[in-house]
Amino acid sequence: MPTDANAFQTALALILGMDPVLLGIVALSLQVSLTAVLVAALLALPLGAALALWRFPGRGAIIVALNALMGLPPVVAGLTVYLLLSRAGPLGQFGLLFTPTAMVIAQVILILPIIAALTRQQIEELHGEYRDQLQSLGVSRPRMIPTLLWDARFSLLTVILAGFGRASAEVGAVMIVGGNIDGVTRVMTTAIVLETSKGNLPLALGLGLVLLGLVLLVNAAAHLVGETARRRLG
Amino acid sequence: MKRPLALASLAFVTLALAGIGQARASDHFIVLASTTSTEQSGLFGHLLPAFTEASGIRVRVVAVGTGQAFEIARRGDADSLLVHDTSGEQRLVAEGFAAERADVMANDFVIIGPGHDPAGIAKAETVADALARIAETASAFTSRGDDSGTHRAEQRLWEAAGVEPAGAWYRELGSGMGQTLNTAAAMDAYVMSDRATWLVFENPRDLTLLFEDDEALFNQYGSLLIDPLRHPHLKHDLAMQWHRWLLSEAGQQAIADFEVQGQQLFFPNARPD
Repeated sequence: MPTDANAFQTALALILGMDPVLLGIVALSLQVSLTAVLVAALLALPLGAALALWRFPGRGAIIVALNALMGLPPVVAGLTVYLLLSRAGPLGQFGLLFTPTAMVIAQVILILPIIAALTRQQIEELHGEYRDQLQSLGVSRPRMIPTLLWDARFSLLTVILAGFGRASAEVGAVMIVGGNIDGVTRVMTTAIVLETSKGNLPLALGLGLVLLGLVLLVNAAAHLVGETARRRLG
Repeated sequence: MKRPLALASLAFVTLALAGIGQARASDHFIVLASTTSTEQSGLFGHLLPAFTEASGIRVRVVAVGTGQAFEIARRGDADSLLVHDTSGEQRLVAEGFAAERADVMANDFVIIGPGHDPAGIAKAETVADALARIAETASAFTSRGDDSGTHRAEQRLWEAAGVEPAGAWYRELGSGMGQTLNTAAAMDAYVMSDRATWLVFENPRDLTLLFEDDEALFNQYGSLLIDPLRHPHLKHDLAMQWHRWLLSEAGQQAIADFEVQGQQLFFPNARPD
């Protein structure tokens, strides 16, 4: 398979060549996806924990909705954000369409349900174990949230990485709301689509390998941080 | 442990948002909705630096099908358009969305197909004849099917040939020009492409150019300015400079100078006022 060999060579040449255009694309990809993950985590972790701790009417419906939204097609999320941010849409006055901010918003919508739904499950299990202890100490439920989140931090790291995986892999949403503008909103996935449609398959696959390597690096870094912390805390 | 981590993530978010803010800091740009053919052929890579140097204005190109470009224009999400569907462009002017439209450049469509040419279109006299042969032999034909300028032109050509393109041999893909060529290459199908995209396409496999040079295959590109009354927030002054530059001697010369493999891809044809 000469094409595959070409792709590996291309990927290697891309990395070793430190092509400034590629570096810009890589930097923007990381910037957009990591920002989206952080924003989503800041919202979804407390939301998931709250859903685990409180019982209220409609809770089941919210849980089902969050679980279902984990499968939200990126292109639908993209189209929704497009219509919201378009000049003719309700948030049009901010002029955010075709900017990296629009891409962050779309990715937050995609990964917030994942982080919230999985956090809810983790915290619910943990709460089941600790309930009596926490209640005997007289800890109120709002105070339990940070305690439980902190205690579940290692499994929640995996949850957050799942969110990052979804964010860095998707193309449907960022293509629509970002517009794949050269040097402004072109990220790894949209660059791969562009090269594929030019018929430049080795370069497209090479970019794909670079993206895979990047995701691997982020995951390895997260794993390392988790392991170090775990060992230090015994 | 807890606090440094929280601080680090806070610092990161601030940095990331600052970085994104920075990318938007310069307001001296316009958004141009254009077609995949102009972007993928590398024309913009050649034109835009020349324009930016002359004017100091950056151009952000969103490359989509012409139908989608019209929709972007109607919603007020682009400052200017460079597309190729003259009747659609004139409708946009008539509807009051576009204030001005001008011919900029042209090239032509070509019919691509498998090297062994099962429908024998290489011997056809006219494009109507070529399409009729494809239909008669029910040879596989991949159509863009995405309401792009090329798709609209293709539909007009079928109509002119008096053929209703339907049946298992006619595949509407709903994808861009490059993707359609990729699919045609994999299926050994006929396909109509603009010449520029075909020339820069790098995955032809067994596909080859089989039919060209018919007046009906003429492909005109036009530049449109969005009406300031309709969308007052747009950057009309900057877009006007871009529009005027495209039609100016310098812009027209820059278009003529663009070559791929020693071949000129776009032929400037703005009418001097």
